[in-house]
Parts: sequence; C-alpha cells; structure tokens
Amino acid sequence: MTVERLLMGHPLSSPDHARHALLYMYRIRKFEEAVEDLFGRGMMHGTMHLSIGQEAGPTGMCLALKLEDQITSTHRGHGHCIAKGADLTRMMAELLGKEIGYCGGRGGSMHIADAETGNLGANGVVGGGIPIAVGAALASKLQKKGTVAVSFFGDGAMNEGAFHEAANLAAIWKLPVILFCENNKYGMSSSTETAFAIDRLADRGLGYGIPGVTVDGNDVVAVYEACEAAVARARNGEGPTLIETVTYRWKGHSRSDKNLYRTKEEIEEWKHLDPIPNFISKVLAAGILNQEEIDAIAKMAQDQIIEAVNNAAQAKSAVPDGLLEAVFKAVSA
Amino acid sequence: MSTDNRMLTMAEALREAMGIAMDERPEVFILGEDIGIYGGAFGVTGDLYHRFSPERVIDTPISELGIVGAAVGAALSGMRPIVEIQFSDFTAQAMDQIANQAAKIHFMLGGALHVPLVLRTPQGSGTGAAAQHSQNLETWFANVPGLKVVVPSNPADAKGLLLSAIDDPNPVIFLEHKLLYKIPGRDPVPEGAIRIPLGVSKVVREGKDLTLVATGIMVNKSFEVAEKLAAEGISITLIDPRTISPLDMNPIFESVEKTGRLLVVQEGPSHGGFINEVIARVSESSSFGSLIAPIKRLAGMNIPIPYAPQLEKAAVPQIEDIEVAARELVKSWR
Repeated sequence: MTVERLLMGHPLSSPDHARHALLYMYRIRKFEEAVEDLFGRGMMHGTMHLSIGQEAGPTGMCLALKLEDQITSTHRGHGHCIAKGADLTRMMAELLGKEIGYCGGRGGSMHIADAETGNLGANGVVGGGIPIAVGAALASKLQKKGTVAVSFFGDGAMNEGAFHEAANLAAIWKLPVILFCENNKYGMSSSTETAFAIDRLADRGLGYGIPGVTVDGNDVVAVYEACEAAVARARNGEGPTLIETVTYRWKGHSRSDKNLYRTKEEIEEWKHLDPIPNFISKVLAAGILNQEEIDAIAKMAQDQIIEAVNNAAQAKSAVPDGLLEAVFKAVSA
Repeated sequence: MSTDNRMLTMAEALREAMGIAMDERPEVFILGEDIGIYGGAFGVTGDLYHRFSPERVIDTPISELGIVGAAVGAALSGMRPIVEIQFSDFTAQAMDQIANQAAKIHFMLGGALHVPLVLRTPQGSGTGAAAQHSQNLETWFANVPGLKVVVPSNPADAKGLLLSAIDDPNPVIFLEHKLLYKIPGRDPVPEGAIRIPLGVSKVVREGKDLTLVATGIMVNKSFEVAEKLAAEGISITLIDPRTISPLDMNPIFESVEKTGRLLVVQEGPSHGGFINEVIARVSESSSFGSLIAPIKRLAGMNIPIPYAPQLEKAAVPQIEDIEVAARELVKSWR
C-alpha cells in the first residue's frame, strides 16, 4: 500500500500547503461524522471517541513532521492517524471489524497503528503512549536517525504518573520528543478547573526543565508555528517541548455521554470557534485560495470518506481463524 | 566451542549472555536503576557499563513505569532493550506498560508492530527483605497473553535462555531467583553464544517412581531431595519447565505415564499459582489415567512473605517439606 505523500510546511506558505491543511481538517471532520452516523444507525460496534472541533491540533502538528517521524496517539485518535497519513479505507474497515482494517479487526477505533506512516498506535489507556514516544525518541537518539517522536495526549493524561515519568526521562536525556497536550477542557466529565490547580497546563513543563508553550488549539497556523519551533529544537538536540493546545471537544466523551457536566451554551460558544472556518477566513484574507477552490476541497474530502465507507463496508469481515497464532510474532529460525 | 568446566554463578552467566548479545547486535542495550557504575543491586550487570558505554548501559532514575515504557517505544523503533527492574515487586509500578502495552501491541495492532523487549528482574524470598521485596510473580505475567515468561534455575540455563529471550521478537519476562545469583550451578556453563530455545522443558534427572515438577529455586531443592531419596530406593524424575509461558508439557505427560505419581512444587502462593496449570493440563490429558496416586502440590502459603527468618522459612516450601511429600507419595500409593 502506498502512502500519500505528506506535505510539510507552513499552512499559509503556498496554495498547496493551504489545500493540504484544509483537506486534512475536513477529512478528520467528515470521517468522524461518518463514524457517528454509522454508530447512530447501529452499523458500528463497540464505542467511539470523537475529536470533532479539535482538527487543527493534529493537522498543524503533522504539517511540521516528516513521514519517518513517529507519533503515539490516544483513544480519541482518529485525527492523529489521519493527519499522519493513514489510509482512510483501512481505518474505516478497522472500525467496521474487517480483515483489511489496520488491525484486522483485532483493535478497533482505539488501536489504529500504521508502521508506514510512523504511527506507533492509538492507545486505550490514558497516558499509555507518552513513555512509548519517549522510548521512540531514545531509539532515534541512540541510532542517530534524526527523527522526532510526538506523543499526543489529552489534559486528563497530564495527571497520570506516565506523563510525569516520561517527561522527566525526556528532559534528562534531552530526547527529540514533543509532548503534545490537547487540552479540550474535560477528562471525560472532570473539567480542567477541578482536575488542576494551575491555569496553564504547559506550566507543568517547568518542573521538568522542559519549555512549555500554550497555543490556540483551534488555529492551525498557530499550532503549526509552535510545532515547527519544537521540531527544530528536537532535531537540533536541544530536547523536548511541551505544547498545550487549548481546544474543545464538541461531542460527548463517548457514546454513553449525556453531557450532564457542561452547558449547551458552552458547547455553542466553542462551535463559533470552529477551526475550519477559522482557517478558511485566513486563507481567503491572504488570497491564497478562492471560495470555489475551498468548496472543491470540502467536496473532495467528503467524496474520499464516502469512498472509504463504501470500500470498507464491502470488505470481508474478520474471522476468528488464526487468532491464537497472532498473539506472538513468530521466532525466525 | 570449548566445553571446559567453567563453573559460573547465575549473575556471571547472565552478565556473559548480555555481553555476548551486545557484541553481536548494536541494537541491544540495557536500561535500569543502578545498573551502571554501581553494577546492579545484585551485581548482575557488573562491569558491562565499563566494557560498553553509558549509552548502552543506561542508568535511569527510579522510574519503573517510565523506563519500561521507554523500552517499549525503543523496541518498536528498531532497538532490543533489556530492562532490569531492581525487584520484581516493583514491576507493579510499570504494569500498564508490561501488561497493557508490551503484551498486546503485536496482536491488538494487527501484527504490524512488535516488541522485542526483555525484562529481567529478581524475585523470591529468603533475604529477610519482607513482603514488598520477596514475591514470586510468574503467575501474574503468565496470565497475560502476549508475554513469554522464563524462570531459570541454574547458570547454564540462565545464559542460554537469556540469549534466546534477547533474540525473541516478543516481550519476555525473565524472573531470576535472587538466592541463585551468587551460587554456582551443578553444571558448567558453556562458552560462547549457546542458545537454549524458549518453550522446552528440561528433564533434570530420570527415575521411575515419581514425577517431580519444580520451578526456579525449587528445582535445586527438589534435586537434593531426589538424590537423598535415591539412597532409600525411591527414584525420581525431576522436570524443570524453565519457561512457564509457553509451557512444554510433553516431558511431564510422558513421565507421569511412566511413574504414575506427580508432585509439583513452587515457591509462590498456591492460590491461582502456576503449578495449578500443570495439574489442570495433566488432569485433562490421557496421562491422567496412568496416575496411581492423587496429585500433590507444594507451594508458598497464601500470605505476604513475612520478615523474621523463622516466619519467612515457614512461608515457603523447604527441602524437608519436599522430602516428606515425595516419600509419602511413593510409600503410600503402590
């Protein structure tokens, strides 16, 4: 399977870059809208965690990464996987329990990994991927590969021991890693106000000797600029950066969420800060793309998702044969 | 390869295996607490820090979750880390990375990635270190699909099994009884890169009256009993599974069919213990029909390991307990 060539660079630096940033944000949005629809119609199994409203974070971060740079993702990870270049059909097929899915139906929504695009895997355990990204960065340093590892995690993960131990190791070993916190205001139902005694989560970096940067997580340009600086620091051997993107999850934590812990007004307020129109207004103001081109990008993303859903739906369902043999990788003679 | 009579301790044999693997493959490195200049809390890494480099024998802060997680990430990225956790009890600090991450990645992520990681750690009682430094935890790990679990009982096996564990593309938990570190084994340790495959039980000695299955330090205790009872005319087959996951039952079935009697011994507590798995598999097999005596098990008491020496000794099977059980099983059932 070939990987679509990812573009690197500032989202406003050329029409191609703007198109890429917009296309990927739309892909994430429309992929998740399709997932929500399939769940609603009883066609999808298990659970789902949607990141609608947070698309600028992974898109801005991955515009600063090379294909061989690595990421670890979270339970709310569709956006990270797509932004890093995952194949939409294989993703959707995984959620539908199909053989061609990224995990052959063994992982589902929370466990998509893609070795080809440097995606070391989404993770069902809050904070689980942070030490793993630090280890990937350690390998990069030991092997002198020059690659950077990024760990995406939410505000909730910052209160897990895994964050603290990983941050400390990254700092003392000056590893090429970016700790990318998507502060979407809630760890399931607990708000950052109740779970933290500090206002700016990036301040946590100070305690480890890691620079902490807070940016508007709904502004793909601001996210990119912070990430680009962090990647440069990492590649120069100057060590890790903690980036906090302030954003908001429009949808509930998972499908069981009745949104009892927040108001409709709050959700509506954040919907006005939608990262996609936010970026479109910048692109139009800069005269990089016109409205017609923008509409075509939206349609292209929509068509790609429809195609992915159709292909995935028609694919062969995963079967239990061979599960026992899949537990271990075979020892080569 | 020379087959001289080198008698090494288990610590020396393990160190030799790690040195050989690091000479063979640049991607092998060790990380853990106090494994550098200090040489490891039990002296296992010894001079490796000086023989190699601080980049390949990495001293870490006291941060078990962090270092196991970092090892998982490095293993996913082309390295072959060997993690030393100072006491097996402290693996509890790192259990998410062991049980939820390392063990599941290959299967759960569809086989695209794998985790060639070895986690070495001392376990077992007998040092007066009390309940949080003395457990036998092989059952914890054996109950997690995706982990291989090795429990060596002697220096020669420890070396050959560790070399295979480092080669293995999967996570391997390597549990070393701390009382075995400083004592030489019964057999010489071959020089060079002699590997012992994981998943092959070893018949330590053969006899016709009783099949005795034991793990770790209990193999040594059981061997003494077998030698002693031989003088009384009781002949014992002693089997050391060596790797409890995957578990090679064939020599056990074959021996039970010959002897008709089975005694299983472990140091860890009996409830939910590994030996119960051995018993269950014998019970399900056709060799069950060969039994002429009830199966007997000896295991640790179902209590945390206590501190005072007389209490600590009472908590786990001793040579005398094995001797009494073995003799009784053979004498009472004919």
